[in-house]
Amino acid sequence: MAETEKMVFDGKLDINYKYASGKVTGKFYDEIEENKKIFGIKCSKCNTVYVPPRQTCGPCFTTMEEWVEVQPTGVVTNYTIVNYAEPLIQPMEPPYAQALIKLEGADTPFIHLIGEVDVEKVKIGMKVEAVFAEEKTGNILNIKYFKPVE
Amino acid sequence: MSDKNKNVEKKIARDIKYRALLEFKYSAGKHASYFFQQLRDNKKLMASKCPKCEKAYVPPRPACPECFEANSEWIEAGPQGTLVGFTVVEFPFLDPTTGKTKEVPYGYGFIILDGTATKFAHFLDETDLNKLEAGMRVEPIFEEERSGNFADIKYFRKIADSE
Amino acid sequence: MGRKVAIVGTGQTKHKARHSDMNIVELINQAVNRCLENAELTINDIDAILIGNMEHFEGINLSDMWASDASGALGRCGMKITTGGSTGTSLSSAAYYYTASGLFDTVLCVGWQKQNEGDTTAGLVSATDPIWERASFAGAFGTFGGAATQYMMETGLTPEDAAKVAVKNKRHGRLNPYAHLHLDISVDDVLRSPMLAYPIRMLDLCPASEGACAMIMTHEDNVKKVTDKPAWISASVCRHDSAFTGDPPFFLDLRTLRSAAKEAYATADIKDPMKDLDIIELYEPVTWAELSFLEALGIGEGGKVGELLAQGVTSIEGSLPVNLSGGVLCTNPIGATAMCRVAEAAIQIRGEGGERQANHKVNTALATGYGGNWWSDLLILKSSL
Ligand SMILES: [Zn+2]
Ligand SMILES: [Zn+2]
Repeated sequence: MAETEKMVFDGKLDINYKYASGKVTGKFYDEIEENKKIFGIKCSKCNTVYVPPRQTCGPCFTTMEEWVEVQPTGVVTNYTIVNYAEPLIQPMEPPYAQALIKLEGADTPFIHLIGEVDVEKVKIGMKVEAVFAEEKTGNILNIKYFKPVE
Repeated sequence: MSDKNKNVEKKIARDIKYRALLEFKYSAGKHASYFFQQLRDNKKLMASKCPKCEKAYVPPRPACPECFEANSEWIEAGPQGTLVGFTVVEFPFLDPTTGKTKEVPYGYGFIILDGTATKFAHFLDETDLNKLEAGMRVEPIFEEERSGNFADIKYFRKIADSE
Repeated sequence: MGRKVAIVGTGQTKHKARHSDMNIVELINQAVNRCLENAELTINDIDAILIGNMEHFEGINLSDMWASDASGALGRCGMKITTGGSTGTSLSSAAYYYTASGLFDTVLCVGWQKQNEGDTTAGLVSATDPIWERASFAGAFGTFGGAATQYMMETGLTPEDAAKVAVKNKRHGRLNPYAHLHLDISVDDVLRSPMLAYPIRMLDLCPASEGACAMIMTHEDNVKKVTDKPAWISASVCRHDSAFTGDPPFFLDLRTLRSAAKEAYATADIKDPMKDLDIIELYEPVTWAELSFLEALGIGEGGKVGELLAQGVTSIEGSLPVNLSGGVLCTNPIGATAMCRVAEAAIQIRGEGGERQANHKVNTALATGYGGNWWSDLLILKSSL
């Protein structure tokens, strides 16, 4: 058998999904969209307040029902600066800061973006507040990003 | 139900939309590369053959699935064959490789290429069910301009003198 | 042989086209909680969680991670198992292997799918070989259509015979509150339903459903403490077939199931399946599959399966009811579908079938899973070992 060229085939998958948010996530979205408020959900057993909210407290395996409004302000508990560019999937133009933010009143940090900031100046412990989007985005970017509190 | 629970209940869930557009590069490997090269350059359909059970396979592959022996030989398959099962697809569906709805109707059949042990799945040019029959002899129609892929075979069609 | 193992609880969601009020993890959580309730156990009694779905239907690759809070896997051994249509039986077999091995005492397995969050046929296309088969692959109905024309020619069975399978299973499904489709149909309705791909019509094919199903298994020393109606696992066999669409013999001989049945019958001491089995839960993605797959189990071989169907042998009133749950033709959340077969077998042995409970006592039940490229899983459950 003669030397065979090494063929490579291009493949593509283009599929649209629609994910049911469920009632708990639905309420969180309604509040950030309609009222610019951030809600957590509290476990009746261990008292943990989760942001983002979910139906089940993992460690206790309880179904949570109690809503708690948390502050739109919080602190950065961990961050990174994204420098590489990946077309289509990035929420901001690199370089940008992505951080875990623990909101006042919440026990769990949640992942979001830091805007209106010189990325060099982002640090752990930095106080930030939510900036809400002007127009409905239909996703988590109804909170546009968090910006440093002066 | 507690008041707190009602508070959760009354909120309406929503659909969150997301488009996944993923691109890949698949190495064909030795066997598929040889098959598509022969198809493109010589309009030949090559099958890999097991030295132990002597079955020949299209698509060609490195190992015999029955014996787990290396398929060390090549034979020229068909290109004529026998149609053993067929359908006419009438239901339009989303083709994720294009992101578009597939045009229907089209004929789809399983063809045992002469000399092989496998049914090769490909398109049929016929969409009239009355003109399709299991056991019918068929032949491949090749594209004039071939680039070395599956689409170099346009479809299979009935051999004219096989009445 | 490992330890003896029994199913001691089952739980499922209502299966339907769209659960718009529950997200993926909430759906999984509902099945898990219903299963714990049925077994009268808590999550603290569980040592491992096995979970599975077919990934491209929702574009979710790590459902074991996503759902770890809601499945109960947090802080426990969690593992995802996915084998296409047979995911639910593969999960069942794996839970059995985990428990029988002696390494885990009590294991929960859960299969799920939210098929209408994505596109079913697009998901199936993505499962085929990108170089050889994606361009021509015509969805499940295309493959089944081509296979059915071949089977018709060889056996003389007709679209009317196939339609009777739909009528029977849809009648059973109306008795099952968890089934997705509750349809009252006649043979004529099936033969007049829209053609998808000859000879497969709309009512010949399974629906696309959203739902989840869970089961709990424990070992022999524990069983008595948990339940007085265990469904013991007597045999569990898995068989794969070759990779390309055109390799296996299709409906002419589901050789994976035939081979699995041979081994399982020997293990479970089944000499004559017509006499020794009390019910069958068969994975029938399309009407024609029930005809062909029963033959592979040694029932109605040589095209006689049409007669058995016409005589009502496989109906709820018959001596060997097939798919009392309504089968896949009524309910198809793919990652859960095969587990629904095993769960229904356990439900029938435990006498929990309500309106769809078999008329005779169920001591021996057979459940199958079908997936990938014509491959099979098979489990035999018994009321005592
Ligand atoms: Zn808790
Ligand atoms: Zn061989």
